[in-house]
Amino acid sequence: MATKFEPLSIATKEDFKLGAPVKWCAGCGGHSVLSSVINVLPETGAPKENIVFVSGIGCSSRFPYYINTYGFHSMHGRAMAIASGIKAANPSLSVWIVTGDGDSMAIGGNHFIHIIRRNINVNILLFNNKIYGLTKGQYSPTTPKGSITKTSPEGTIENAFKPGELTMGAQGTFYARTVDSDPKMMREVFAAAAAHKGTSVVEILQNCVIFANQVHKEITGKDVRKDNQIYLKHGEPMIFGKERNRGLMMKCSKMEAVTIGENGITEDDLIVHNAYDVDDTNHYRLVRMELPEFPVAMGVIRAVDSTVFESELYNQVQKAKKESKIKNMDDLMHSGNVFESKG
Amino acid sequence: MAKKNSVIELDEVVVKFAGDSGDGMQLTGDQFSDTSAFIGNDLSTFPDYPSEIRAPQGTVAGVSGFQVHIGHKEVSTPGDQADVLVAMNPAALKANMKWVKDGATIIIDIDNFDNKHYKKAGYVEDPLHDNSLEGYNVVKAPITMLSRNVATSAGLDNKTADKTKNQFVAGLLYWLFNRDIKIGEDFLKQKFMSKPALVKANIAVLHEGYNYAETIEALSTTFHVDPVKGKKGLFRTITGNQATAWGLLAAAEKAGLELYLGSYPITPATEILQEIVKHKHLGAVAFQAEDEIAGISSAIGASFAGKLAATSTSGPGLALKGEAIGLAVMTELPLVIVNVQRGGPSTGLPTKTEQADLLQALYGRNGESPCIVIAASTPANCFNYAFEAAKLSLEHMTPVILLTDSFLANGSELWKIPKMKEMPAIVPPRVEDNAKDFYPYHRDPKRLNRYWAVPGQPGLRHRIGGLEKGDVTGEVSHDPMNHQIMVEHRECKVQKVAEFIPEQEVTGPESGDLLVVGWGGSYGALISAVTDLRDEGKSISLTQFNYINPLPGNTEEVFSRFKKILVCELNMGQFASYLRSKHPRFEYLQYNKIQGLPLFISELKIKFNEVLESI
Ligand code: SF4
Repeated sequence: MATKFEPLSIATKEDFKLGAPVKWCAGCGGHSVLSSVINVLPETGAPKENIVFVSGIGCSSRFPYYINTYGFHSMHGRAMAIASGIKAANPSLSVWIVTGDGDSMAIGGNHFIHIIRRNINVNILLFNNKIYGLTKGQYSPTTPKGSITKTSPEGTIENAFKPGELTMGAQGTFYARTVDSDPKMMREVFAAAAAHKGTSVVEILQNCVIFANQVHKEITGKDVRKDNQIYLKHGEPMIFGKERNRGLMMKCSKMEAVTIGENGITEDDLIVHNAYDVDDTNHYRLVRMELPEFPVAMGVIRAVDSTVFESELYNQVQKAKKESKIKNMDDLMHSGNVFESKG
Repeated sequence: MAKKNSVIELDEVVVKFAGDSGDGMQLTGDQFSDTSAFIGNDLSTFPDYPSEIRAPQGTVAGVSGFQVHIGHKEVSTPGDQADVLVAMNPAALKANMKWVKDGATIIIDIDNFDNKHYKKAGYVEDPLHDNSLEGYNVVKAPITMLSRNVATSAGLDNKTADKTKNQFVAGLLYWLFNRDIKIGEDFLKQKFMSKPALVKANIAVLHEGYNYAETIEALSTTFHVDPVKGKKGLFRTITGNQATAWGLLAAAEKAGLELYLGSYPITPATEILQEIVKHKHLGAVAFQAEDEIAGISSAIGASFAGKLAATSTSGPGLALKGEAIGLAVMTELPLVIVNVQRGGPSTGLPTKTEQADLLQALYGRNGESPCIVIAASTPANCFNYAFEAAKLSLEHMTPVILLTDSFLANGSELWKIPKMKEMPAIVPPRVEDNAKDFYPYHRDPKRLNRYWAVPGQPGLRHRIGGLEKGDVTGEVSHDPMNHQIMVEHRECKVQKVAEFIPEQEVTGPESGDLLVVGWGGSYGALISAVTDLRDEGKSISLTQFNYINPLPGNTEEVFSRFKKILVCELNMGQFASYLRSKHPRFEYLQYNKIQGLPLFISELKIKFNEVLESI
């Protein structure tokens, strides 16, 4: 086959646009996530041919068909396992996994915790719409208890997972939360996820207009979001609220939402966010915060250094290659107990 | 006292070592096999592990065994029954009496034959005095006592001293088979390289066993098995699982790729994973996944990324991998799935052999999901068929299921070491960087394979997945006619493999009364039984299938040359029913056994004679 020259130039966002029709419902939160990802990819510095998107099954998992990279739309729940093989095969690839709350928390729960435990250097974009969209409206492991869905006509009787808790329970090194309606936050969080060495889990509160419309409205609604979200930044005090007068502080080893200026509380009393803290106690606290007592935590909640699976793996490979006298199959087959028969 | 008064020349002999798991019978078995290989005998071995890891000592459930068949002629099976049985305790005797030939030599450790041990073994009567051993040459040796004496004087404590018992047995056997005791010494020196005290004590016990044998009446006759004639070159012993692992490694080297194995531990396939993980120095990567599905899924990912990818499992694992195999069929990626069959269904008989996953391998997936299916037929040729599985998978861009079984996997035989330069070339259909007009589902008309472009290659970005693909473009397509075309492409691609594999061969006359048909791991017993009957002047031939899907192109023609066809297999007739569907004009008689045991030569001969008499 004839070849044409394609320079290894720095990619632009135009490079990632496919032109194929995006088949999510109009108004689906997926659209804005897609454009934020396309915007952020050129900033990651990865050559465009080194980027791979892997997905499972579900609405969100159609993602690889809408972006011009190497892509693999795989099986329900197995994107994490496929991606693990891709990284173990070629650590230099930049691998992104797109998954949903059913795909990663239910059928793929096992692979989700194990990729995190191994700390394979991938970025997981977890579209959490708290419902099964592609199969038309059954409850998922993140559906709030009591919700009426097609498979819970009297309300769900199951406790819901918080993806952040699962991530940390699996010894996760990176967890962030963002919302589909905030492109700026998505861009910042995605860039941080891409920069992190290890498994980066980004939970995106995504709206399914069809089957769970406005499920996140208490958090994302224009009028309430400033009061009901706290966008955490490493090294900065935990402040939120429309008036920037609310904050989080520790009282008797419990976290509390307080108002600056009341009861003599000043900014200095607030907790300074330490995303790099190896001790995950505060990160758990942040992940668990719920309305109305607390704002919902957004941004990079945890980002700690640890060994990365595929780097360790190839260290062992390099060491073995250097130290072993057996360089090829002929050497191997003639090593150990070999008998000569003169017939 | 030395009185080697008579030496009997034997063509072949079967020795079974049996004792408690801690008695070191596997080691003595290995030592005896290696010594036999060293002097040029052909051999075949089979270990017989207890099914429970920690069955109580002295009970039948805790008996661990190792059978070695050595020969001056070619040896194809570990042997139906033993000529020599070593039983370290009553349980070992009880468990093995039905696997011993009439008149066999039975060596027992008399120190363990007491009421306490009889009870543990479940004997009601003392087997040494109830006439049940009449007609056998029973050697009652005080193995524990003598070994302990010698080993403690060589400086070992009592507990360690008892672990040298197996060397007393080895010594006996070296004398009984006229073997150079020096080979046994060398084996021990290598085995305990860093522990000189153990080497010294074990060698002393080895000599004690040898000297003991020399002095007792019951062993006045010794055996001699000549080296095999016509076997020239370098040999080693190899088990089926090791050969499978090495075959994959060899294929990777030949294809210029690195091997990736994604697997989950499962009996009896685990050794493949354990073997590959030792060869990082060859660039091989083994990933112990969180489950069977992750094992194969990660392998599919690695294949997408350009590795020679494989996964190894046994029946229950193959069931779990079904959906992922379908994904590899749909995405047309190379992938080798090794299934080491064991007794089923469900958990079944994890340590026992069976050939009952054939239909699962052929059909056990949703939709029209054809795979190439091949099977190894001896422990050593697991190497060749693993290599072939990888070659077919890479060159035809489709998953290949390689069937072996527990019997092949754990059995070992003498293997002539191949030369890499003589192995066939493997040329995967890779795409050049920046290839113009690259379409992921564009096909090579010769094999109908698509081309392999991997992430990291400039100019070839594309997307694949489990949704039906548009012909040529590879884009998602729900078009009815396209689906028909793609299903047919995938099926034709697999059927076209028949043009690239050898013709089906017949061992024995090319035509005649009875054609015995086998597939996979039953080869050793079938060829032995067929050869024996032909030596008696019967009109009987064997054809053993290694290529199952597709079948070799001349299969129909081979079948047409015989009056009767008898399909023998360790299941309820799966291959026979497959043959009926592919070549319906013939009548297929069946011989089926489903006991977790391999086929025995003796039972096959009875069946063959029965069929021959009806002609
Ligand atoms: S069903 Fe819901 S999640 Fe799926 S595409 Fe439509 S809006 Fe998005």
